[in-house]
Amino acid sequence: MLAFTLRRAIQAIGVMIAVGVIAFSMFRFAGDPVNQIVSLDTPAAEREAVRKSLGLDDPVPVQFARYFANAAQFKFGVSYQFRQPVSNLLMERMPATLELAACATVLAMVFGILMGVYSALRRDTILTKFFQAVSLIGISLPTFLIGILLIYLFSVTLGWLPSFGRGEVVRIGWWTTGLLTLSGLKALIMPSITLGLFQMTLIMRLVRAEMLEVLRTDYIRFARARGLTTRAIHFGHALKNTLVPVITVAGLQFGSVIAFAIITETVFQWPGMGLLFVQAVQNVDIPIMAAYLLMVSLIFVTINLVVDILYTVVDPRLRSTIRRPA
Amino acid sequence: MTVPVLSVRNLEVEFLTRRSTLRAINGVSFDIAKGEVLGVVGESGAGKSVTGLAVIGLIDPPGRISGGEIYLSGTRIDHLPLEEIRRIRGKRIGMIFQDPLTSLNPLYRIGDQIVETIRTHLNLSETAARKRAIDLLAEVGIPAPDKRIDAYPHEFSGGMRQRVVIALAICAEPELIIADEPTTALDVSVQAQIISLIKRLGRDHGTAVMLVTHDMGVIAETSDRVAVMYSGRIAEIGPVQDVVQNPLHPYAKGLMGAIPTLAGEDKRLVQIPGSMPRLSAIPPGCPFNPRCAFVFDRCRVDRPEPLKHGSHAVACHLFDTAPHEAAKETVA
Repeated sequence: MLAFTLRRAIQAIGVMIAVGVIAFSMFRFAGDPVNQIVSLDTPAAEREAVRKSLGLDDPVPVQFARYFANAAQFKFGVSYQFRQPVSNLLMERMPATLELAACATVLAMVFGILMGVYSALRRDTILTKFFQAVSLIGISLPTFLIGILLIYLFSVTLGWLPSFGRGEVVRIGWWTTGLLTLSGLKALIMPSITLGLFQMTLIMRLVRAEMLEVLRTDYIRFARARGLTTRAIHFGHALKNTLVPVITVAGLQFGSVIAFAIITETVFQWPGMGLLFVQAVQNVDIPIMAAYLLMVSLIFVTINLVVDILYTVVDPRLRSTIRRPA
Repeated sequence: MTVPVLSVRNLEVEFLTRRSTLRAINGVSFDIAKGEVLGVVGESGAGKSVTGLAVIGLIDPPGRISGGEIYLSGTRIDHLPLEEIRRIRGKRIGMIFQDPLTSLNPLYRIGDQIVETIRTHLNLSETAARKRAIDLLAEVGIPAPDKRIDAYPHEFSGGMRQRVVIALAICAEPELIIADEPTTALDVSVQAQIISLIKRLGRDHGTAVMLVTHDMGVIAETSDRVAVMYSGRIAEIGPVQDVVQNPLHPYAKGLMGAIPTLAGEDKRLVQIPGSMPRLSAIPPGCPFNPRCAFVFDRCRVDRPEPLKHGSHAVACHLFDTAPHEAAKETVA
């Protein structure tokens, strides 16, 4: 088990090095950052001075080594537009994004699994047909459109919920949370729904398909022949078998929820990492873009690792193959 | 006479399809007494498994029991409400399925599955149920049951898993065990062990056993009586020695002729020409008539009912002595 975890961790580090190379190469290929910092009529000598102060005149390998050493310590340089360390900017905005992503994922998991199980067990009810219609909308409507529709309905027409921002936040150490104030919670509702809807429909469809598959298996038939209660069969035996693939998808989706929070954050002007990234793209603020890329990859890789380990918790068959590698 | 453990009367099972209604079981009747093993043989699709599933109430839509009665120790159990038939399943009727590799839930320890079943049916504490589970595993011949109880299904071989399945089927001391091809998926060497296990359990606990199989060897070894099924009907039923050595129904004759012997001379095995009709195209009269070597006019019109003939009951006009004496001559 430990050897397995270690092996996976080493693979993860490999992936992060590869991403680091891509992030660094952005500095080389995404235009000359000096042009973004100085104005049009800056004399050439001053430009060179700026270039030197940013270390952009060193040979490429040296720059790469320096970037990498710093990135490993979570130092991503100074933002061109804000003139502040990128790591500070990211840390400031990370709680907003993580809270939003966590809320969206919890929402997606809870409702996705409930709706999926319900629609698998009661195949021909009106509610099932309604769920499937909702899931079709969730799959096919683009995120920004859902966000805008929600704002139109609940903010503009009904005036119940704020259309932008995070509301009041409470600071706990370096973490800021909107979960403790009423306005913070109200502000969280619509962005979470917008961000989570796609995942929810995905999980619902997956749970439904898996559940129907599992209900056809011999061990479910045998469980019925043993006279177990319907409840025990559906929620003990069938659901647990359904959850193995759901864990994978939900885990990987949590990564994309964070990564695709960009759109939701833009629609709701949510002060998270995604919004910071969009601003960075507009201003060719490469240190922020590179750092964001690294952060998102780190999150993805970490989640992958956790999902791999979670598998073995749910499915005992994997435990023994891991213990005795072939 | 004592009440038989299982009594099936004129059972009919239908499957509704988009085009038509297919009758998989058509007027099947038999009894199984306490401690008796009834073997049910026949080709694939003859209705053996469906009969077993009908008894335990596991015919799923689009199938349904469309006629007849099923009595368990004198109580009628077909058409019971779902909750009541559920209480009978696993408690009064145990079932063993064909494939032990897929019968157990792979994510739960076998002990948990046995304890869950025991506690569903018997009012026992967790510890008492666990103790009973260990005893059961020992009884079905799992070595070191106190350790193996915490193993997962994938840690057992096929034969061992079938023993676990049997332990699950008998964990509430059922009156009847339905074994649906319990040895088909196993190695020949393991088959013999499982068969003798089922036989021993039936004898020790006085359990009635309905053994569904297409293996005549298994039937000859285990059963007290045998029912030969064809096209959703019982063609012949009787004590196993009589039916194996002196089959009456032409189909049963064909089946017994197709059993290879170890000692016999090297001659071709008898083969029944043709194949069993599909459910959608069962001929009128006797369903076996297109393949029967002794067919005569009445077979194409009249459906034969099982009639007592010595120790057997046989559904064949050849043995309907009374009114059709003339017809018999055409055969000879």
